[in-house]
Amino acid sequence: MSSDGDNDDFLYEDEYDDGFDQDEEIDIDSTSEPDVYDAMSPAIEEAPQKKPYDVSWKVKTLQEIIDMQNKEISKVQALLEVPSSSAAILLRHYVWNSEKLQEQFWNDPSQALEEAGLSPSSSPTARTTALPPSPTKRSNRSLRPGPSSLLKRTRSTQPTGPFECPICCMEYDYSSTYSMGCDHRFCKDCWIEYLSGKIKGEGESAKIQCMESGCKRIVREEVIDDLVTKDISKRYHNLLNAAFVADSPTLRWCPHPNCEYIIECSQAPTRMLNQLVPTVECKCGNDLCFGCGYAASHRPVLCRIVRLWEKKCADDSETANWLQANTKECSKCQSTIEKNGGCNHMTCKKCKYEFCWVCMGPWSEHGTSWYQCNRYDEKSGIDARDTQAKSRASLERYLHYFNRWANHEHSAKLDAEFYQKTEKKMEQMQNSGNLSWIEVQFAKQAVDAVIKARITLKWSYCMAFYLKRNNMTELFEDNQRDLERAVENLGYLLEQNISDTDSIAKLRQDITNQAAYVQKRHDILMDDTLRGYLERRWEFTVDT
Amino acid sequence: MSGLSTKRLMKELADIQSKGTPEGIILLSADSMEEWVFLISVLGEETIYKGETFALRMKFGNRYPIDVPEVTFLANEQYQPPLHPHVYSNGHICASILGNEWSPVLNAVAICITMQSMLASNKKKERPEGNDRYVRTAPSNPKLTRWHYDDDTV
Ligand SMILES: [Zn+2]
Ligand SMILES: [Zn+2]
Ligand SMILES: [Zn+2]
Ligand SMILES: [Zn+2]
Repeated sequence: MSSDGDNDDFLYEDEYDDGFDQDEEIDIDSTSEPDVYDAMSPAIEEAPQKKPYDVSWKVKTLQEIIDMQNKEISKVQALLEVPSSSAAILLRHYVWNSEKLQEQFWNDPSQALEEAGLSPSSSPTARTTALPPSPTKRSNRSLRPGPSSLLKRTRSTQPTGPFECPICCMEYDYSSTYSMGCDHRFCKDCWIEYLSGKIKGEGESAKIQCMESGCKRIVREEVIDDLVTKDISKRYHNLLNAAFVADSPTLRWCPHPNCEYIIECSQAPTRMLNQLVPTVECKCGNDLCFGCGYAASHRPVLCRIVRLWEKKCADDSETANWLQANTKECSKCQSTIEKNGGCNHMTCKKCKYEFCWVCMGPWSEHGTSWYQCNRYDEKSGIDARDTQAKSRASLERYLHYFNRWANHEHSAKLDAEFYQKTEKKMEQMQNSGNLSWIEVQFAKQAVDAVIKARITLKWSYCMAFYLKRNNMTELFEDNQRDLERAVENLGYLLEQNISDTDSIAKLRQDITNQAAYVQKRHDILMDDTLRGYLERRWEFTVDT
Repeated sequence: MSGLSTKRLMKELADIQSKGTPEGIILLSADSMEEWVFLISVLGEETIYKGETFALRMKFGNRYPIDVPEVTFLANEQYQPPLHPHVYSNGHICASILGNEWSPVLNAVAICITMQSMLASNKKKERPEGNDRYVRTAPSNPKLTRWHYDDDTV
């Protein structure tokens, strides 16, 4: 973590005096509703042992992000004895690395200032009346026009008489003009037009330079605030904050729509992303990946693999479209079957044929023999004799995993429906089965378990697609298959109709047991896979 | 701000009429305050463009000179864009002065001078890498292209 240590210093400094944040400092297993846990069972107060693959994080408000910057700015201001707007420009130039800034500054103050766009002498054209020969910029030298007398500039060193703005060619009183330390004077109207265009049109903020050709002088915050409209100034500050977050390896905006929180995490630098999947939960209630900004958990798959997979799916979108079709035909009577629930155990309404939605094979084979639906049979590909057969085999291999991935993706889209159906059933049980509200909560908990397991299963097929075939991969697919079966069984139980009080009691017991089993299988797959990265157990067909 | 470009261009025009343009640069047409065309030739015996004349068209928006004008070499029956590693066969030019290094204190003649010196320093008549691909997909307005200025000295 050494390379990020510099940034951590200031980003973490105010953690200790901030009691409000204390209960954010918990690990992933207990992120939801820490207050409720505390109130209900004091035993959980001692946080569960943090897993080696989990990360800690904090959720910050925009104001806290602003405070962070201000704090750093005033520190640098005091240390270097420069105005606060200069401190801000210096810090932004040194990407908020205050140690590096101090080192450079004390080494050569005027050079540090000049590089950041603050030195009055940073403009070579300040004392000339000619058009922009920019002698200090070697690479542009031949491009720059030579001295030309077309637009003579009135020097600001003679503030008498009217001033003709070299941009709009209108005459102004000096009070309606403005120049920075570089002495390049222009009318305020031109400044406003220029600054507004940079901010609104080009989304620039920290790097807006003087209007003079070749002048690197950065326009100060308070100058911009003073000149532009309130709306544009607001946008300017939003851009500054966005740049601060983007520049900081320990900060990330929550990607969920309308959420303005920022996640702070120092334990998932880029170089760790080949062994960590830093799923975090925002205060808006949604999960995200701190590593890549994916707007949901993609555990247990590494960020890089997710990116490859998404690209592959986009490239093969035609095949994907064909596969994602939500209707299939019953392989016995050919009538169209629409999938409207989460369970893969399908029964054709017409001929009562029971089959598996994923492989379309008879369900009976799934029930008695092991669930073989998750593993692609590589042997059929080995027999491929010519390249055409080989590429077909490779497409089939992809389709095998994609099909299963897409199936869970599709089920996830039906979550709301699944909850609704379950809620209805819960009401029914309360009415006909004489169960209390609390006694029927098992059904909702079971649905929660199914949905969580499905997301993990979905990503596990992406993982399996990129895994090399070896013993470890077989163990992975065994765990995957066990979870797949457990989820299917629970889904099937949840779709059962309730008839009488006795059967409700039995069903409740079965569902509760099966939900616990799903949770257990889920945790085993997740824990084993995430530990596997740290133990370097997984070998991929691509670079991670 | 609609008056901004007009007033400024009138002033530039007046300056050109009273003081003339640098050698090798001729204002061919300035029929409106929206579009001007200059003729550019490279002076001296050393140049690989000896005897050639190119037409540089500038389209000024009403935010000129805050915004850079749209600048292209004409490509028609009469004029062809120069063969230059930063000039595409459709007349689009990749030069930082027309992008991130544009400054509102620059003007039409300054652009001409820059183009002239860009041609003068060139030793090799060739199109940019990927010319055909770019020309096939390029927007008509070169300002919509995201240029990557790697080496302006060529
Ligand atoms: Zn002006
Ligand atoms: Zn300046
Ligand atoms: Zn959020
Ligand atoms: Zn990620």
